[in-house]
Amino acid sequence: MSFDIDVTRQHGKRRIALYHRTQARIVALIGPSGAGKTSILSMVAGLLRPDHGHVSVAGETLFDSDRRFALPPARRRLGYVFQDRRLFPHMRVRNNLLYGYTPSSPHSLDDLAGFLGIGHLLDRWPGTLSGGEAQRVAIGRALMSDPRALLMDEPLSSVDPRRKAEILDMIRHIPDISQVPILYVTHDLGEAHRLGAEIVMMT
Amino acid sequence: MTDWNISPEEWTVIGLSLKVSVAAVALMLPISFAFAWILARWRFPGKLLLDTAVHLPLVVPPVVTGWLLLLLFGANGPIGRWLLDWFGVTLLFRWTGAALAAGIMALPLMTRAIRLSIEAVDRRLEDAARTLGAGRFRVFRTIALPLSLPGILAGAVLGFARAIGEFGATITFVSDIPGETRTLPIAIYSALQMPGAEAAVSRLAIISVILSLGALLISELLARRAATGVNSHVL
Repeated sequence: MSFDIDVTRQHGKRRIALYHRTQARIVALIGPSGAGKTSILSMVAGLLRPDHGHVSVAGETLFDSDRRFALPPARRRLGYVFQDRRLFPHMRVRNNLLYGYTPSSPHSLDDLAGFLGIGHLLDRWPGTLSGGEAQRVAIGRALMSDPRALLMDEPLSSVDPRRKAEILDMIRHIPDISQVPILYVTHDLGEAHRLGAEIVMMT
Repeated sequence: MTDWNISPEEWTVIGLSLKVSVAAVALMLPISFAFAWILARWRFPGKLLLDTAVHLPLVVPPVVTGWLLLLLFGANGPIGRWLLDWFGVTLLFRWTGAALAAGIMALPLMTRAIRLSIEAVDRRLEDAARTLGAGRFRVFRTIALPLSLPGILAGAVLGFARAIGEFGATITFVSDIPGETRTLPIAIYSALQMPGAEAAVSRLAIISVILSLGALLISELLARRAATGVNSHVL
């Protein structure tokens, strides 16, 4: 089972909930803005606590309210690619990529930089990158931490339209090189289809 | 025209002032950082009280602060007696006491500057670091601390400027002892009491203005860097 998620959380008057079990390599969470997609990712990552439920990723239980069990985010080994990238502004691209690196990671910096096409950016500061470049670095940083899965929150939202297809194609190949399943949040059904993702609608 | 021949006694005053101010900042930097962190990040009942207490030296007459230090650190004060009994140390009439007084007076300004820089750190970056496997201490060491560093430095320099100018609490707590507690403002005050010392007063006054101005300028530059610097490049 790549993802086994059953979470609910009351957010003011809104109730955010998701129940989904799947073996799929890429799962797209689709819905309009405000549907709670980002909150779901945050609950899976441990940055937001569900009121109730459980989260298992790649066979490992990360949260279970019945057992009062919650792994802290630092020990969940989930590569979170944020919508706003969140590259560390005081570190060069190389150090951003190496921030979460562990020796167990199947990737070397050079291999991954080659796959992502960011080898020439390693000595640059995040503030000097274009939207597409920054997104590739953010994906690289998440992959370097040897994650059990990737969580991607609208990764194409501020990417130049001409670069979108290129990055989508790259994302589609991540499970081949990294063996990690992807939980992909978007509001664009077309993106999900192009990724060949299993689709989960949120309303 | 000011006579620029600085006498050996005046060099001692300048040297002592720098020593006292550097010691005051070194002593208070970790303390003000701890206060700043607690005030910026923690939520607890009584926070307003702590906030007020930290700012007290800014509004209480300095002579009162000096008197309170005397009560606490004097030979019969609770802390003063303990220091004497256990370590054989007294701060009274010593340059270390002057450093303590200057440090206490600088504490609110330093805490304020550092708190602002901690509040300016983007917490979302810390969340990102946690998802990459960083524990609490590593997040602090690699994200929060370096990103608030310009503000910490600005606070230190501001504290130094404040310490250089400290007079009231110092003279109350450690008196005016040449070579031990006679810092720039105290030396200027003493010279003013003596007839014919106008030249010395101008020299020392100009030196203290230059030192304070320089420190303020550096602090302002660092604070600007903190406001418009790395934090604005977050993608």
